[in-house]
Amino acid sequence: MADFKSIALLLTILLPAGAGTLLVFMPRGQTMAIKSLAALAGALTLALTIVIFAMYDYGEGGYQFVNAWRWLDDPMNIDFSLGIDGISAPMVLLTGIVMFAGVLVSWNVAPRSKDFFVLFMFLVAGVFGVFVVRDLFFLFFFYELAVLPMFPLIGIWGSSTDFGNFLRTKEYGAMKLTLYLVAGSVLVWIGIIALYVAASDFLGDGATAQAGFSLELLETLGQEGAFSRNFQLLFFPFFMVGFGVLAGLWPFHTWSPDGHVAAPTAVSMVHAGVLMKLGAYGIIRVGMTLLPEGAEAWMPVLIGLGTVNVIYGAISALSQKDLKYVVGYSSVSHMGLVLMGIATLHPLGLGGAVLQMFSHGIMTALFFAVVGIIYEKTHTRDITVLGGLSKRMGLTVTFFAVAGLTSLGLPGLSGFVAEVLIFMGAFQEYWYLAVLGVVGAAITAVYILRLLARAFFGPMDPRWEHLSDGGRIEMGAAAMLVFILIFVGVWPLPLMDVINSGVAELLSRFPGV
Amino acid sequence: MTDNLHLLLPEFLLASLAILVLGVDLFLPAGRKHLLAWLSVAGLVGLLVLSLLMLWGKDISLYGGLIKTDSYSLLFKVFFYVLGGVVILSAVDFVKKHLRSPGEFYAIVLFAVLGMSVMAASVELLTAYIALELMSFSFYIMVAYGRNNPKSNEAGVKYILIGAFSSAILLYGVSLLYGAVGVTRYDEIAAALTTAMANADAVSPTLWVGLALVLVGLGFKVAAVPFHMWAPDTYEGAPLPVTAFLSVGSKVAAFALLLRLFGEAFMPTIDQWQLLVAVLAAITMILGNVVAIAQRNMKRLLAYSSVGHVGFMLLGIAALSHVGAESLILYMIGYAVTSMAVFTALIAFFNVTGRDDIADMGGLADSHPFLAAAMAIGLFSLGGLPFFAGFTIKFYLFTAAATQGLLWLSGVAMFSSLISLYYYLMVVRQMYIEPAPAWAMEEAEEEESVYDEQATTGKPSKLIVTVLAALTLGVIFVGVYPFPLLEAIKSAAGALLGAS
Repeated sequence: MADFKSIALLLTILLPAGAGTLLVFMPRGQTMAIKSLAALAGALTLALTIVIFAMYDYGEGGYQFVNAWRWLDDPMNIDFSLGIDGISAPMVLLTGIVMFAGVLVSWNVAPRSKDFFVLFMFLVAGVFGVFVVRDLFFLFFFYELAVLPMFPLIGIWGSSTDFGNFLRTKEYGAMKLTLYLVAGSVLVWIGIIALYVAASDFLGDGATAQAGFSLELLETLGQEGAFSRNFQLLFFPFFMVGFGVLAGLWPFHTWSPDGHVAAPTAVSMVHAGVLMKLGAYGIIRVGMTLLPEGAEAWMPVLIGLGTVNVIYGAISALSQKDLKYVVGYSSVSHMGLVLMGIATLHPLGLGGAVLQMFSHGIMTALFFAVVGIIYEKTHTRDITVLGGLSKRMGLTVTFFAVAGLTSLGLPGLSGFVAEVLIFMGAFQEYWYLAVLGVVGAAITAVYILRLLARAFFGPMDPRWEHLSDGGRIEMGAAAMLVFILIFVGVWPLPLMDVINSGVAELLSRFPGV
Repeated sequence: MTDNLHLLLPEFLLASLAILVLGVDLFLPAGRKHLLAWLSVAGLVGLLVLSLLMLWGKDISLYGGLIKTDSYSLLFKVFFYVLGGVVILSAVDFVKKHLRSPGEFYAIVLFAVLGMSVMAASVELLTAYIALELMSFSFYIMVAYGRNNPKSNEAGVKYILIGAFSSAILLYGVSLLYGAVGVTRYDEIAAALTTAMANADAVSPTLWVGLALVLVGLGFKVAAVPFHMWAPDTYEGAPLPVTAFLSVGSKVAAFALLLRLFGEAFMPTIDQWQLLVAVLAAITMILGNVVAIAQRNMKRLLAYSSVGHVGFMLLGIAALSHVGAESLILYMIGYAVTSMAVFTALIAFFNVTGRDDIADMGGLADSHPFLAAAMAIGLFSLGGLPFFAGFTIKFYLFTAAATQGLLWLSGVAMFSSLISLYYYLMVVRQMYIEPAPAWAMEEAEEEESVYDEQATTGKPSKLIVTVLAALTLGVIFVGVYPFPLLEAIKSAAGALLGAS
């Protein structure tokens, strides 16, 4: 078993990447074989992530499944080192679930389905990479690797939205998303290099220990005082904003609705479901772990921006006519809750934030999957045109309703647990912002219920007479996601145990809290 | 003094090879001139093996300190031989189709390679200058090689005028330097500068003017802003393989010279010129990358993009140190492999279509998936995305610069790199998202009507596809496993700056 533990995380990267490489060499015409291979890779990866998550020993905590290979020697000292802790373990599981669901809902993707799956697999490999590495160079490497396939994925298989007086093209969405994310990553990059330079200056010439990009090394050096208070105050914002862009932090969130709406279903799922979590994860893993003093000083700003996210996203969602834009803005709003939870620096709030990352990932994936099914059937996402779909697409609408109810925090579903924890944390630190956050959650209820009433219930347009539920494969994927939402809502304990072990360790770095 | 003469055997043999190619050309019938390419490549491979066997681990100074055969020279010798081979192989189809007198073409490429490898090996100002001129003269001829193409002629005239101008500036700088310190050997200059810096107030301004003029002269050669204005027109007018060679070979060679000159001769005065080079780097990377956005022609786009990359490479000079030199050499190699991949894909595209505007590349992903994929990988790499060389070399270079106190400049470089990603993505978008342009549609219809006789001409040759595949693998290799390369580079940087 020790052998498995040492390569399990490597496999999470190699399985999708290997499948992607294999797909490159498959003949274009063999779509069935291509899809089967993708699905097989997806299923294996999901199984692997479940095993990894189950084997993570939360009683022990800390980094597990560790392994490292030297990549570059002095002076860079870069290791390809792997390991997950209580915060990344749920994210790995989330990625496995969403990517498998994503492969399934892309069953009918066309044209160039081969290219689609190749890029999709590399995207997933990049996402796994970010969650499982313990070296800043590779964290950044995989972070950018995850951004790279987005451009062609959205540009080729995406869809444009006609707003009547102007057109939001998929090319626009693709370019905006890519440039925003890379711009954010430039800030992160500057921050990483600054950390390295500060560490090597701290060690000085001729020291026995060498500076490098390893998280643990930098953390130890940080505790020894390598990063002065001023340095932390100066560079924490680089991580907060840089990763924040990916997390949809207001006011850098505008790429998110445009990008997610333009993207094809599976890509929206992975992107809103998992990639946005990379941003929040980065703030926790790099910013808070390495620069705790800076984090403490900047957290009031982050919680403020997070609250704006919650309210602003919810109000924007309220006024959207396009089903996918509603979901897109609701993501912005929910990521605000995650950021709020992180910024509380309170065990409850942080635990809630990580759970919310998981819960929102599954929920958004479900949202986009269902919207994708509806769009495929009706060829419209206009709420004003849709109506009474529940009569013909009963199951699909039920799934949408579950996602919607999770989103507004109905007890018994995973969103409730997460939001309650976040608000409890927030009330203890910043009660007035927590009140605003609750107001935001209330607005969520308004737009979700209104959407349900308008688009799915009520009198049916005769145009939708011939419709039926989605295909078995897509529906199966959606059902899987529904099951997880309910499971976590009813019995969050297995997840929370793991998360709390990670959060407790993270917060041990903040003596003042 | 002459007892070490045999160490220059590769240089002598390379010159003989070029002359041999010229001679054989006389006896070959017009249809079989491509054999000359194979002769040149075989010769280069042979010389490569010979150099490695003979010069591995040697560190000897020749001709009373004019030329050095150390691991730095050897690394670049190997690099330029390989580059010459790749250029020749990717040019074969193009030369056959578009150029007259192929024999001379290959011979001139070989002369240029000779000049380049001596540029990296010379440790004396005038020797370096002569090597630089040998390369430049070869390029003057090659740029104007498309004799019937007015653009090529224009490019040739521009290049030769600016080239002569910059050579004059460089020589003037060299003479001022000589006036100030009285020596031209790098190690003697360094010694003289160290003595001079001990009493900094007494340093004659002639020295600084001379140093600045040398920098300006070489700035012209590498097309650093504000001395870059010749580059876009020359790139656009020159025959494509020449553009490729110019953009990769001449730049790397000039930087090999710059790095040696600054590392071995000017190092004692780094505090005086560091900021100057840093500012030059900053404006070069910003201007090159911003102006590239407006380009409609692929060659011009790559011209400005290469100006941007020169800015990044100047960053390596500004951060001159062990790690700075290592990162710069790694950057040059990564940039060369990537750039050659992009150019080779473009040459293949041009061979098929006879066009090189960005708009013409619409629908390429459908008509030539491999070309499109290779081009996209090359462009992503130039834009600094991971898995490809561009990411690794940029990370290394920017980190190295930051450790030398230039974090601000690294930040500028990262943002310019972001700008560059925009226009690279626009090309990717053209290939993958936009439909094929009207002329391609018409051609496709014509092809159908003419039946399959014509259809086969619409494919790039196996040779160029192989070269392209090898280069693409190289891009990925440097991107994911630069370790072996870095070992060689460390030894080269060590030869330059002394063991750390």
